[in-house]
Amino acid sequence: MSTTALYNDQQGGAEAAVEAGQETTATSSSSGAAFGLFSTDFKKMNGGFSSLRLEAAGAMRTVLVSAESLQLTLKPELTQEEQALTHAAGAGSGRPKETLKAGNEDLKEMLESNKESLKLEAMKRIVQLISKGKNASDLFPAVVKNVASKNIELKKLVYVYLVRYAEEQQDLALLSISTFQRALKDPNQFIRASALRVLSSIRVPIIVPIMMLAIKEAASDLSPYVRKTSAHAIQKLYSLDADQKEQLIEVIEKLLKDKSTLVAGSVVMAFEEVCPDRIDLIHINYRKLCNLLVDVEEWGQVVIINMLTRYARTQFASPWKEDGIFDENEKAFYDSDSEEKQGQREAKPYIMDPDHRLLLRNTKPLLQSRNTAVVMAVAQLYWHLAPRHEVSIVTKSLVRLLRSHREVQYVVLQNIATMSIQRKGMFEPHMKSFYVRSTDATHIKTLKLEILTNLANEANISTILREFQTYVKSQDKAFAAATIQAIGRCATNISEVTDTCLNGLVLLLSNRDGRKMRGLVRSSPGQPLLVAWVVSTETVVAESVVVIKKLLQTQPTQHCDIIKHMAKLFDNITVPMARASILWLMGEYCERVPKIAPDVLRKMAKTFTSEEDIVKLQTVNLAAKLYLTNSKQTKLLTQYILNLGKYDQNYDIRDRTRFIRQLIVPSEKSGALNKYARRILLASKPAPVLESAFKDRDRFQLGTLSHSLNIKTTGYQELSDWPAVAPDPSVRNVEVIEPVQEWAPSLGKAKKPKSDKFYSDDEEKEEEGSGSGSEDSSSSSSSSGSSSEESGSESEEESSRDLEKTSSDSEKSSSGSEASSSESESQQKKKKRAKKVTPRKSKQAAADSDSDENGNGPVGKTSSSSAESSSDSESDSEEDSSSDDSPAPQKKTVAKTKPKVMSPFNLIKEIKENLKVDLQNVGFTGLTLLRAADKKLQWNIHFHVVTFICVTAIPVTGFPSLLPPPSFDQRKSDKIRPPGTLRFVLFFSLLLFASHSSVLFVCCVSSLELAEWDFMVLYAMFVRLKHVCFSLPDSAWHKSHTNPRDIVPAACPGSSPGSPPGGTCPKHLTREASRRHPDQIPEPPQLAPLDVKEQWLYSESLPDD
Amino acid sequence: MINSLFLISHSGDIFLEKHWKSVISRSVCDYFLEAKEKAGDPENVAPVLQTPHHYLISIYRGKLFFLSVTQTEVPPLFVIEFLHRVADTFQDYFGDCSEVLIKENTVTVYELLEEMLDNGFPLATESNVLKEMIRPPTILRSVVNTLTGGSNVGGTLPTGQLSNVPWRRAGVKYTNNEAYFDVIEEIDAILDKSGTTVFAEIQGVIEACVKLTGMPDLTLSFMNPRLLDDVSFHPCVRFKRWESEHVLSFIPPDGNFRLMSYHVSSQNLVAIPVYVKQNISFLETGSCGRLDITIGPKQTMGKTVESLTVTIPMPKSVLSVNLTATQGTCTFDLTTKVVFWDVGKLNPQKLPNLRGSISIQTGAPKPEENPSINIDMKIQQLAISGLKVSRLDMYGEKYKPFKGVKYVTKAGKFQVRT
Repeated sequence: MSTTALYNDQQGGAEAAVEAGQETTATSSSSGAAFGLFSTDFKKMNGGFSSLRLEAAGAMRTVLVSAESLQLTLKPELTQEEQALTHAAGAGSGRPKETLKAGNEDLKEMLESNKESLKLEAMKRIVQLISKGKNASDLFPAVVKNVASKNIELKKLVYVYLVRYAEEQQDLALLSISTFQRALKDPNQFIRASALRVLSSIRVPIIVPIMMLAIKEAASDLSPYVRKTSAHAIQKLYSLDADQKEQLIEVIEKLLKDKSTLVAGSVVMAFEEVCPDRIDLIHINYRKLCNLLVDVEEWGQVVIINMLTRYARTQFASPWKEDGIFDENEKAFYDSDSEEKQGQREAKPYIMDPDHRLLLRNTKPLLQSRNTAVVMAVAQLYWHLAPRHEVSIVTKSLVRLLRSHREVQYVVLQNIATMSIQRKGMFEPHMKSFYVRSTDATHIKTLKLEILTNLANEANISTILREFQTYVKSQDKAFAAATIQAIGRCATNISEVTDTCLNGLVLLLSNRDGRKMRGLVRSSPGQPLLVAWVVSTETVVAESVVVIKKLLQTQPTQHCDIIKHMAKLFDNITVPMARASILWLMGEYCERVPKIAPDVLRKMAKTFTSEEDIVKLQTVNLAAKLYLTNSKQTKLLTQYILNLGKYDQNYDIRDRTRFIRQLIVPSEKSGALNKYARRILLASKPAPVLESAFKDRDRFQLGTLSHSLNIKTTGYQELSDWPAVAPDPSVRNVEVIEPVQEWAPSLGKAKKPKSDKFYSDDEEKEEEGSGSGSEDSSSSSSSSGSSSEESGSESEEESSRDLEKTSSDSEKSSSGSEASSSESESQQKKKKRAKKVTPRKSKQAAADSDSDENGNGPVGKTSSSSAESSSDSESDSEEDSSSDDSPAPQKKTVAKTKPKVMSPFNLIKEIKENLKVDLQNVGFTGLTLLRAADKKLQWNIHFHVVTFICVTAIPVTGFPSLLPPPSFDQRKSDKIRPPGTLRFVLFFSLLLFASHSSVLFVCCVSSLELAEWDFMVLYAMFVRLKHVCFSLPDSAWHKSHTNPRDIVPAACPGSSPGSPPGGTCPKHLTREASRRHPDQIPEPPQLAPLDVKEQWLYSESLPDD
Repeated sequence: MINSLFLISHSGDIFLEKHWKSVISRSVCDYFLEAKEKAGDPENVAPVLQTPHHYLISIYRGKLFFLSVTQTEVPPLFVIEFLHRVADTFQDYFGDCSEVLIKENTVTVYELLEEMLDNGFPLATESNVLKEMIRPPTILRSVVNTLTGGSNVGGTLPTGQLSNVPWRRAGVKYTNNEAYFDVIEEIDAILDKSGTTVFAEIQGVIEACVKLTGMPDLTLSFMNPRLLDDVSFHPCVRFKRWESEHVLSFIPPDGNFRLMSYHVSSQNLVAIPVYVKQNISFLETGSCGRLDITIGPKQTMGKTVESLTVTIPMPKSVLSVNLTATQGTCTFDLTTKVVFWDVGKLNPQKLPNLRGSISIQTGAPKPEENPSINIDMKIQQLAISGLKVSRLDMYGEKYKPFKGVKYVTKAGKFQVRT
């Protein structure tokens, strides 16, 4: 088929479309014809995809006409088909089906009538069918005809039908597309929006290009409502065809910049669905989103808050750090580097980033929202982001939510339970709000109990126990049993009440014994608090026994009477777990109750055969222990029990018996173990730890589904650790277009001018107007900090623009000389500084200082970049080249190579002349990396690699043949914007060309913030790949060159394509574990030793001490 | 986000399904029905469930389960809140949220759901916006529609979604301009056997009914706003004004809405309007018990306690009761074992009393716990916390509206342990 060939250069979606096309042509002639028309038009469209709005529109009009003409011709044929079907069905299965068909025939007639009211009535009946889950797909052709009806209700119902069945009747659904196409051009924004909505809801893969076009157009629509719809459509298209991701991200990026509150929520939702890890898209929109937040509709607020929580965790320094530790590190560093002047901000114990503060401040009012989801979202934001002492402001709001519906209570209580484990103080004043009502649902009761237990401390334990006393009597037995467990936990946690609880529980047990015991309890006023517990239910008793067992174990003091008491109760208790617990207690403390224990064993010997397995096991256990301590009395009993056990039906018991026999009964075979039997069986056992079931839930972000279910759900985005050092805050500065921009003394953060106004001003104005106001508003930013920030933000702004320019320059042409000259000067300055840096005491310190240097780098750099002199650059690049050529003088270059990082373009120039051979490898390596990254779906990596290729390979060699995806060109121009990212790319290009890449790697890693695992993985892969590529013989090289798809980066097993997204190759992740904050949730991967070569390089890079 | 919605009746019959993404077979509900079976009481079904491929989030409202299916991570409260909003909308449209009414209005329900969610993400949840798009069914309109072939779907497209005040319709016109505010306070309390307060707090809401022409900008101020400890607002309330001046400044939605809800600071002692003298005991032998309850006024601030009702869920082993009330009527539901005593007005001179005997199934053990007593009541013209509205000002429109404030105190979760 000729179309196939034409489509071949297009990616996935189009290919799928062609397949679908072939299929349909085969099945139905008439619809196939329609389809054929479509596909030719597609061809036209796709051919000139970049240049062609008008053309596409024209094509669509053709489709329109053809489809409409077909509509009419289509009908009779399909009716015949239907009739045939009806016949077959009627003949086959008899009455019921026939009537159904008849009913549908009836509907069809109504739909084909000329009266609107009849049609409407028919549609209503059809919708009722759909709502009941009955199949009405056979009416599709008749319904679709009405898609262009004038009657709005009819139209809407047709839409409902269409969206429901389009997936099943794809070819027929295409007939309706024309109507939507027309409506997309309608002057009324609502009609445009609803057309786009339905068009994007029709899950027919073949219309993907049309949808894409419509989305792109709608994203730049004047009406915010239409733009909002396009944001929704993005998600739909993405779920239909994930291959459109690249283009969709572009649209998302555009929509993220939108200033309308209507759009914000929807586009962030799309962002979360399509590219949640493209955090770099958020940077410049961060402040805008924070400021818009209050005015966004409530559902959008939830999504934005959740996204910003994740964002903030990657971008800001932890506000939880212990001041002491933090201080020490900083001092150690600054003592050694007296030249460092930019350190004022970091030298302070901890000053919150103003952006961080902005987020906290702007979300706080939302705690007053009527929407519980919003309140919860803010609460989790504070929990995960706010300094410890500020978290408690969410308490009241969370407690308020407890007044809401049962389901809301459930989720909120779950979250409070997790919070209350770590922070008792937060909820203690509201303890009474967690008192249980008899009308609460069981799961609510259990959760409240959990929280009360978490909140218990020495001061309030008596109140709580009194409350528990009421609960134990509850008619809800599951709840009563849970209460006993809770008492057990309180008893272990608070030593003052252990005895009281224990006695209370024993009394509770006693009642099992019947009326006599109750009288006994009443007559003994010795236990004032717990006397009243009167319980007789099996489950409760069982629970008590188990809890008592645990309590006795934690308190191995004299509890003979309790054990004796339990022995007395033994006959009346039937729950296996409880019986087993008592037997275990007897065995464990048999020396304390020497008279009773053998008697219990005697009783057990009688009933052994009728016991549950777990009881049998404990009986064997008890027998063994008694045999060891009191063999005179129990020898025969033990042997009897062991014999019974030997022939038990359960293999577990037979095994245990055999083992015990060999262990305790001395014989020739048993050997040395026999001597230690006593020590083995009667070793002192560690007490069980009674802890909350919510203990491990804090690994999930609060308020998420994962937290609620305590499993990792699909699509759950892990909350990252705080970065050890906050990444460059300047990335959030909004770009200013004016060449000269007077900056008011501000922190560069936009603040909303007035609360009542809705955000609609220009961003620039906002920046200016708010500048002065924002300083006083953030209490935590001291004046010294802000002053350094000021200069920083200003110059960084410039630098980011500069960098952008350079990057684009270098892409366009291979010269890039002007840019590189300024770069190199900055490098010189850096070098001077670097030379003065004294050798580090440890690698840790080195890493610290380097990263800091990087953070402050742009300031120094841009100050020099403003001066225009290109003369100095020559010498530097010479030096670079010399170091490149000769790998020998390693030690010398350690300090020097750092600054080189800033001038890759010189290198590129040189390499262009000298290293032609390697360049091929460069492109190839990059490509392979790209494939690997593609497979791993790691967008960060992907992006870095792509930019790397763009910056290095293309300008130097003109490698277009190696870079097949056409989207590259679009990508590179847009995505190199954040200066931080560009820096990565620069590092990377340098890495590639330098021969001592590992040394450089150390520099890179230390100057980037170390949470950037992605980057390290990339590097690791790179190193491996480089070896592989370089060592390949030429022939193999070319072979793989011709078919790059076959190449798998097999060198590193840890980062193979099959590993989960976000997975890193543990082998190459080195030496970073110690830098993590102890509070941070996921552990870094365990590290394996380095390669010999790498090891050597590392040791070279370190100053020996 | 939300993939599909199923409406399931109390008995487990799936009577409506709607999908926003690809169709999910209704067999997914089997997991839910299984859980429901296991839980026994529908209240006890966990709201969040997990199945091999989907996650089920459900609410139980008006004897109906609203079950939503999702495939990926989503904040559970997001879905729960949305489902409740759907139920609220149904209530708003059809007067009640019940199986019969939903079945009757399937088409309207479907149209509503279509507008409320797009691709599983909430689109229009404000009832004002929805009502502009889909008119609520009334008897008159349905008659007219059948005669003329008109429809329930609004001819005009909603403009509310675009404005800065999405909650308010544009172009509202009334001949009588009026604004009513009901201050409703509920007392949540747990009293123990001896009558001492274990726990008590006051939660209040201000329900508003505003029928004003044009775009009025209202300001409601209180005599004693410091009383309010924790508040939450309708989105229309300007939070900054509240923080700085403690007044409620807002452009109201049209019609009925909840302006704010609040919690009275826990420092203030809560006045308990009634006391309960009770004695419920089960005899050790003879499988029967006694019940004697007297209710009297305590701190009612001189107002009358009205529509007083007492609900006592008896233990399951209770067979029947033989109770006589000095006032009102007393019934016993044999299936749910609930004693319901409708007292009516509380007369301080002649205190209502309920006494009699309880018979238990022979052979069943004596219930170890006495049932708790749930009390419901209403006191007109009183806000038990002492909150008072001082004035309501209107800006932005010329006319003079009629203004009214009403206070009511109710019992919330008012429980007496015995």
